[in-house]
Amino acid sequence: METRNSIRPRGPVVIDIENITKDYVMGEEVVHALRGVTLQIHRNEYIAIMGPSGSGKSTLMNMLGCLDTPTSGRYEFNGKNVAEMDDDELAAVRNREIGFVFQTFNLLPRSTSLRNVELPLIYAGIEPERRLERATQVLTDVGLGDRIHHKPNELSGGQRQRVAIARALVNGPSIVLADEPTGNLDSKTGEEIMDLLEHLYERGNTIILVTHERDIAAHARRTVHLRDGLIEMDHAGFIPELDLPIAEITST
Amino acid sequence: MLFGEIIKMAWSSLGANKLRSVLTMLGITIGVFSVISVMTAIGALQYSIENGISFLGSNIFQFAKYPANVSASGDVQEKFRNRHNISYKEALHYYRLMEGEAREICLKSFGYEVKGQAVYNGVKTTPSLLIVGTNRSFLTANAYTLGYGRNLTDEDVDLSRRAIVVGKIIEKRLFPHETPIGKVVRVSGHTYTIVGVLAEKGTAFGQSQDDLVIMPITRFFEDYGEAKRTVNIATQAFRQDTYNRTFDRGIGAMRIARGLRPEQPNDFEIYSNDSLKSAFVSVVGYVRVGAFVISFIALVAAGIGIMNIMLVSVTERTKEIGVRKSIGARSRDILRQFLTEAVFISEAGGVLGIILGIIVGDMLAAWLKMDLIFPYGWAIAGLLVCSAIGIGFGLYPAYRAANLDPIEALRYE
Repeated sequence: METRNSIRPRGPVVIDIENITKDYVMGEEVVHALRGVTLQIHRNEYIAIMGPSGSGKSTLMNMLGCLDTPTSGRYEFNGKNVAEMDDDELAAVRNREIGFVFQTFNLLPRSTSLRNVELPLIYAGIEPERRLERATQVLTDVGLGDRIHHKPNELSGGQRQRVAIARALVNGPSIVLADEPTGNLDSKTGEEIMDLLEHLYERGNTIILVTHERDIAAHARRTVHLRDGLIEMDHAGFIPELDLPIAEITST
Repeated sequence: MLFGEIIKMAWSSLGANKLRSVLTMLGITIGVFSVISVMTAIGALQYSIENGISFLGSNIFQFAKYPANVSASGDVQEKFRNRHNISYKEALHYYRLMEGEAREICLKSFGYEVKGQAVYNGVKTTPSLLIVGTNRSFLTANAYTLGYGRNLTDEDVDLSRRAIVVGKIIEKRLFPHETPIGKVVRVSGHTYTIVGVLAEKGTAFGQSQDDLVIMPITRFFEDYGEAKRTVNIATQAFRQDTYNRTFDRGIGAMRIARGLRPEQPNDFEIYSNDSLKSAFVSVVGYVRVGAFVISFIALVAAGIGIMNIMLVSVTERTKEIGVRKSIGARSRDILRQFLTEAVFISEAGGVLGIILGIIVGDMLAAWLKMDLIFPYGWAIAGLLVCSAIGIGFGLYPAYRAANLDPIEALRYE
């Protein structure tokens, strides 16, 4: 049984970011959301990205999730250059390689759990029988085998997030990108969701957790701190003393 | 992405806003309905005319003061009104010139302004009977047959007898239990003896043809005046193959009767089944264009309605679009989804419009006692136009949806 802070042998590199920047034009002003971030994420890592609001956390997440492309720098996903992909190729990467889990679940309200989980498979062009089989399997895996025909409004918050996780997993993605996955849940349900993510990690999934809550980030095996568009700290495990001033940590 | 899935998605999104979808759809329905119902009715009418209905009896041509469709504008009507009436004297002149050249020559004058009401033993008909002054040829020339009794004779005309032949409606109303033959009735203040009853003819274009009273034209003039009346002359050729010769002679005789010099144009109208058909067809043409224009306007309005509702829908579903994009929907998947919804609304409206249009058009045709038709051409054209509207007006909203930035869309609340 490994401990939380032990480091496993590293798998192949999934995400390889080198010196990426992202500028936004807000009115007349140019906002430098990312000022040169370099980051490597390996297969079957459990990494938390932390930082206060305005730190570039969301921008980095959008970038990692292939929802956005960098202004400059290199981004390789499984060895393929994302920065040069067109919209359709990015959509294909999002569909097959990335599973999003959102704070507000973002399920289609009028569709059943099954239908929601099937959606990525539909866009992937999988035929109906295999789709049904796969979606049912994944829903059963997250503990919702008896809820597949329920609509989101017939489910509790925790169950909705499980559906969202099932949807993220259904295409067998290279990474699961969870953005504040417990933000809309009470702490007990939040713990259940974190247990589920832990379980997924144990089974070999790569998990990227974006959060500003230290308790949540504590589940990860590696933590990246962002501040003002730069990586302030990238370390294995979790440093509880982080709420101390930076100077004190680096001096110890 | 599979086509079946797109249809499924469109169906479920439209189902989520049933009332809105149906209302939007109704716009299209109304546009399609108006054109299809008119085209169905006209198609039925035209089919009936091309296959049987004759305005006149066979091998007959007719002279009259006014043309068949008195729908033209002021000046043209003026021209007809300024013609002098075809007098009974001229008509008789024509009659003498053509005697032996034709099987039947029917002179007739209509008492349109006479309130025709027949009274017998205190029982009255409606005051809407048509009084016609004519001769024995009226029946043949107007495709009536005698039910029983006798027809008018030349002698009746010569002696201007008070003898009348009545339509079936009058018999049914005034003589339900006895024979009308030999009975004396009052019609519009004058007394007449019924000598014959016409066989039932039914309705044509919604009007009864059995509510008329025919009497010797001489009697008609004595009782209702001759001064302001014009006489119509129907001439029946002996046979089909002599029709053209008779027709030419008839025109010559009519010109002589009217006292026209060779260089003067005809100052009378010539009706034949062909000329009436073509007059009818030209009227139908106007109706078609009218229906077309109205439908076109209605459909454009409906198309704008679709566009409006689709734009609202795109805005409302911004978040959904963001979610779909985040899990791998390509821009063209989103485009297809919204375009399909627009076409769906349009087609559903179109199908409903076509069904209702054909039902109502055929009901109209049935009421006018015409054959029912199914206008395949118009139905298919309707569906094509609806697709075009759906695509045309749905494209911009779908394009907007497809090009939403996924990050912005996900952030939208």
